[in-house]
Amino acid sequence: MTADAIPTESEPPRRPRRRINLHVLGPLLALAALVILGASLNDNFLSAGNVQNVLARSAFIGIIAVGMTFVITAGGIDLSVGSMSAFTAGVTILAMNAMIEPLGVSVFTIVAGMGVALLTGLFAGMVNGALVARVRIEPFIVTLGAMGVYRSLTTWLADGGTISLSFELRSLYRPVYYDGPFGISWPIIVFALVAILGELAMRSAPFGRHCAAIGANEQVARYSAVRVDRIRMATYALLGLLVGVATIMYVPRLGSASGSTGVLWELEAIAAVIIGGTVLKGGFGRVWGAVVGVLILSLIDNILNLASIVSPYLNGAIQGVIVILAVVLQRERKAED
Amino acid sequence: MSALAPEAAAAAPTLAARGISRLFGPNQVLFDVDFELHPGEVHALIGENGAGKSTLMKILGGYLAPSGGGLEVDGRPAAFASHREAEAEGVILIHQEFNLAMPLTVEENMFLGRELRRGPFLRSKDMQAECRRLLARLDCTVDPRLRCRDLSVPERQMVEIAKALGQNARVLIMDEPTAVLTARETDVLLEQIERLRAEGTAILYTSHKLGEVARIADRVTVLRDGHRVASRAAEGFTEHAMAEAMVGRELSNLFPPKAVPGAETVLEVRGLTVPGHARDASFRLRKGEVLGFAGLVGAGRTELMEGVAGLRPARGEVEVFGRKVKTEDPRAMREAGLAYLTEDRKEKGLLLGFPLQENLTLLALDRFTRGGLRIDKAAEARALTRAVEEFDLRARDLTMDAGGLSGGNQQKLLLAKTMLAEPGIVIIDEPTRGIDIGTKSQIYAFIAALAAAGKSVIVVSSELPEVIGLADRIVVMNRGRIAGELEGEAISESAILRLAMGLDEKEPEPA
Repeated sequence: MTADAIPTESEPPRRPRRRINLHVLGPLLALAALVILGASLNDNFLSAGNVQNVLARSAFIGIIAVGMTFVITAGGIDLSVGSMSAFTAGVTILAMNAMIEPLGVSVFTIVAGMGVALLTGLFAGMVNGALVARVRIEPFIVTLGAMGVYRSLTTWLADGGTISLSFELRSLYRPVYYDGPFGISWPIIVFALVAILGELAMRSAPFGRHCAAIGANEQVARYSAVRVDRIRMATYALLGLLVGVATIMYVPRLGSASGSTGVLWELEAIAAVIIGGTVLKGGFGRVWGAVVGVLILSLIDNILNLASIVSPYLNGAIQGVIVILAVVLQRERKAED
Repeated sequence: MSALAPEAAAAAPTLAARGISRLFGPNQVLFDVDFELHPGEVHALIGENGAGKSTLMKILGGYLAPSGGGLEVDGRPAAFASHREAEAEGVILIHQEFNLAMPLTVEENMFLGRELRRGPFLRSKDMQAECRRLLARLDCTVDPRLRCRDLSVPERQMVEIAKALGQNARVLIMDEPTAVLTARETDVLLEQIERLRAEGTAILYTSHKLGEVARIADRVTVLRDGHRVASRAAEGFTEHAMAEAMVGRELSNLFPPKAVPGAETVLEVRGLTVPGHARDASFRLRKGEVLGFAGLVGAGRTELMEGVAGLRPARGEVEVFGRKVKTEDPRAMREAGLAYLTEDRKEKGLLLGFPLQENLTLLALDRFTRGGLRIDKAAEARALTRAVEEFDLRARDLTMDAGGLSGGNQQKLLLAKTMLAEPGIVIIDEPTRGIDIGTKSQIYAFIAALAAAGKSVIVVSSELPEVIGLADRIVVMNRGRIAGELEGEAISESAILRLAMGLDEKEPEPA
């Protein structure tokens, strides 16, 4: 406390000095290492097709992970996003099918369906947020419950089977996943946009600063006139909205939803956030880190599939080790301080 | 008090530091310091914040290793690799922030890590009995089965001391034990310390309250900027001389002259009730006035102010600059021009793990936001540079975290943060808790300057000289109610104490 240092009066306080920080570089170095490894194992790895494929597949988890970064930074957690995606996909497909009658097989139906997806996600997120921020139930408990509810609702909507988008709509909607401007598919573009906006919000908007303050010490935030409940609610609502966005990108890929859609997405998103350097108990978040985290997880999967050195069945094990390693590195930084 | 028997002084000290120095990185915070603790002696260690007191205490308690010099136990050279080794020698440091597990009971805390067992089972009965015996030695009647969470601060302190006694403490190192105690609680603690001294315990005592030091200490050592500048018998060492030795210069009057308040009422509180803490409180604050709030700890002053600032559920009316403001909405209060500066700077005031800059601007962040979305970091940096000058904030470098500042500088940062919101009314709760005398006088001057500039200030303090020295008018609380109000000539320590203890309670004046 009072002991740390005695600055002498004559010496003015120094201005920032930049330090090279392994904690910042760590995820980037790991990503670079994976790219080099992949390229050396398989010539096809850096081909446009494969890169496009990895990025597009990363987009769903990535978009969700950006939202998850804010929730975790503000000291929360959301376990329900995987089943929330399945539920949103189911509701969206049912809505689109139902709208064929009044609107026909047209772009309007698709756009209206997208609106349904966004609203469903937003609403689900707000319910989580209200239970956490207003009713003051532990976020782990709230979202654990919501996880079960949405998973079961999806299975019920699908009557134990699969909800499928009508065939005509499917061919109209397909390009949203597979095509895009300049040969870059839409999920990649949307993911990039979400990531950039998220990074800006975290780094230089009051929202990001307030999230970190709440996660670090809710009392201090409250005493600093930060509207704690409102911000906390907003993190869950934002995450729900982004689940809606991810679902919009996901539905055209398979054109169906079932009780097994989006299984374990929540854990992959949380893992990506943690690998990226966000602190699980809140107070510090890094959106670009979550993006790198998602890419790391996807690349491991991709490399195992392309190269036949290690069985792809070990994918989960390797990802698990990486998550634990990331947290160990975080702790070592703490010890240095 | 001066019963320092000659043979005790001649014997080897129980614990001694010989030529201790300590560096943190390139900063040297202790220079060749000697310090001796003899059985049955209270040795006070005083100095300004950042003088190196805590570092020396941590070295003596085994929490830090010295960079140079060494320790002696009973005249033999010793080195503590950890505080556990120090405790094994009977050297126990009682932290300012208590080391108690709040959800556990007193008994569980007292025996944490050294529980009495019979086979795999705990001997709860024996532990409780031992607990009661140790607490009884301190004249403390806390039930060992209570959870520490439910104890008052002074009771927790007694539990800490009893825990140390249970470890057969021969040397007790007490880091500002009275910082959070009221005058009456302090008296009880000082009596316990006298009792421990009579039993032959060696005690290192630190406090910013020099009156206590003069009362309890047998020897006084003064540190300034890491050097031992004085070490002498306490007898004949006046408070004034101590303060000058700490600061190293002549001390002029601690309190600046008071400004004359205006007539206009800027804050009017009518019938405010904070459930469980304060009932039906009404008072007014005038423009340019410093209003003092006095009372015993637990009288509900802090809770009432938190109710006024919208930080606690409250019923009643609060009118700021003639406009009624919704209660329970801290943001609305801030926007109306009222800011509350908490007494608990570590838990409620500052984000200790965040840089100075982000702490400084958190309350007034919207002033630094462009277009509602982008924080202007260059403007934040300029604000920090200004605050460093204006508040004489001393930081190693401007990118450090707030937790690395000394207590006094944290308080200055908190002041700077609050003032950045440009409030017309500031409520400052315990403005100088745990702060050295040099910084204190800076903060007093700052409060007086605020009032002179036409802002209105409420000072809540448990230190009577502080309230009396600063305030034009003093409201005294007793058990959740406003017991009375004193102004001008009527202000005196005894008048305040009578009201605070409910000895001649007046009905609160109707608003």
